[in-house]
Amino acid sequence: MLNYARIAALGLVALATAMAANYARDTAYLFHAIIILVAAAAAFIWSVRQLEEHPDKEAADAGMANVGYMDGVVRYGVIATTFWGVVGFLVGVFIAFQLAFPVLNFEWAQGYMNFGRLRPLHTSAVIFAFGGNALLATSFYVVQRTSAARLWGGNLAWVVFWGYQLFIVLAATGYILGATQSKEYAEPEWYVDLWLTIIWVFYLMVFLGTILKRKEKHIYVANWFFLSFIVTIAMLHIVNNLSLPVSIFGAKSVQVFSGVQDAMTQWWYGHNAVGFFLTAGFLGMMYYFVPKQAERPVFSYKLSIIHFWALIFLYIWAGPHHLHYTALPDWASTLGMVFSIMLWMPSWGGMINGLMTLSGAWDKLRTDPIIRMMVVSIGFYGMSTFEGPMMSIKAVNSLSHYTDWTIGHVHSGALGWNGMITFGALYFLTPRLWKRERLYSMAAVNWHFWLATIGIVLYAASMWVSGIMQGLMWREVDANGFLVNSFADTVAAMHPMYVVRALGGVLYLTGGIIMAANLWLTITRGEPKVAPAIAAAPAE
Amino acid sequence: MDTYSFLREFADSWVLLFLVLVFLGVIVWVFRPGASEVQRDSANIIFRHEDAPDDSESGHLAELEPKEARE
Repeated sequence: MLNYARIAALGLVALATAMAANYARDTAYLFHAIIILVAAAAAFIWSVRQLEEHPDKEAADAGMANVGYMDGVVRYGVIATTFWGVVGFLVGVFIAFQLAFPVLNFEWAQGYMNFGRLRPLHTSAVIFAFGGNALLATSFYVVQRTSAARLWGGNLAWVVFWGYQLFIVLAATGYILGATQSKEYAEPEWYVDLWLTIIWVFYLMVFLGTILKRKEKHIYVANWFFLSFIVTIAMLHIVNNLSLPVSIFGAKSVQVFSGVQDAMTQWWYGHNAVGFFLTAGFLGMMYYFVPKQAERPVFSYKLSIIHFWALIFLYIWAGPHHLHYTALPDWASTLGMVFSIMLWMPSWGGMINGLMTLSGAWDKLRTDPIIRMMVVSIGFYGMSTFEGPMMSIKAVNSLSHYTDWTIGHVHSGALGWNGMITFGALYFLTPRLWKRERLYSMAAVNWHFWLATIGIVLYAASMWVSGIMQGLMWREVDANGFLVNSFADTVAAMHPMYVVRALGGVLYLTGGIIMAANLWLTITRGEPKVAPAIAAAPAE
Repeated sequence: MDTYSFLREFADSWVLLFLVLVFLGVIVWVFRPGASEVQRDSANIIFRHEDAPDDSESGHLAELEPKEARE
């Protein structure tokens, strides 16, 4: 019965999007209507074929549904993470070269492939496609193992996975075609936002459903971080995307908030997207994969609980530090600054907890490049969460804001912390999910580690130099109080640093490609894991 | 008093106090007597059920020794 309802619904969606494509008022909307039409038609045909081939599939599945962990969706998540990672890094490298060499903003591709269009493509690809898929895959893996229960909701996890990929494709193509609501990290237009809201509610249901049917009495701390990430992102996403579409057949929408309220809502969203998407969710990964890879329980479980609650209580207030010296009231930006500085404590508490998990196992650093990756990741977590609060201090911010220092800071967190912990998790997961004895090549992991680390160092160092120079040149005045430098002077002075930054990106991308190849070879050519033989007494 | 001012004053007095007390309560709860035992067991959840879910009715029976005595 449910199958027929689903087929009918998919057919109606295909029909509705065909009509929407007919009435479309702009290119992005037209293109998206066709994408959804194709997706709905494909899902329709797939559903009908399932019905033909297995008329009594529902009956047959009922007995099979509760056996083992649901790892298929995690495997797809690992592949998607790797794929989107390489794509996101590639776009990043290209736009870095565009900044260094403006001629790469090709004349023939104006309006599609210039920096302004590709920049949100890069940020969304690495944050939401690479990071988001990493979070989906690892949260589904971790919640099953730590709850000793199969994912709740049957195929709902697959709906979440494919629905999220559709969101990524709609967002990415929208940027190229110019559909954006001009909110940083929240660029997708209203119908894409609505779609993500639906998928996110399904995600919450699958995750929470699994926790509710757990066989372990206690909810392991990684799941708390994952759950706070899912719930908070839902709240942020809905509030920041409150908008009215101009037409139901067009991409353009108008924000409900205006002026400084809109700016504050945006940065409440923007900073907590960092706090809960890129920090809380990835800390969930840290609290599972680091102890697993080190084969020791987390250093202090007490500290992990305090880390969690302190982070949750403080992070949500830090957003106003993005709006120092603007129309935002002074008390609000001071509040944001004070809470940012208080965040030092939980951040460093969490870093110490992660690093000290290795106490007694430090020798693994010498032999295991995966542990090395995770340790560098936690190190960058500590460094960027030290740098961030420092930059939120108003006096420092008056120098750093609007300069490349911010870009350097973001990338030490994103490439160092998020990237490295994700690579560690991917290297951990692939042999286990595909039942392989080990990774295809440990030497390749070592190469990846050094390429990525050197890449980050080049990136962060060049952006510190460039950003501080830029800030100092902007504020330099002569004896008569006139500005010394024109804006173009600063641009020219930054050129060498931009080249170094792009080269750092090339190293990081190369590491990512080596990882993709290594994981691919592990899956296709890796030595299969042999089940441990039952020890039988030799017959002598 | 208009809604904004009322909510503003309520937020930075009673709600602030409430949230601080909840946070302090969490810390006290973490250090409650007998917590270490439970936390040691919780920290070792990740080393159980690696390959298959727990299909028993009762769930976890703490049959496995913790990897290491640590809190």
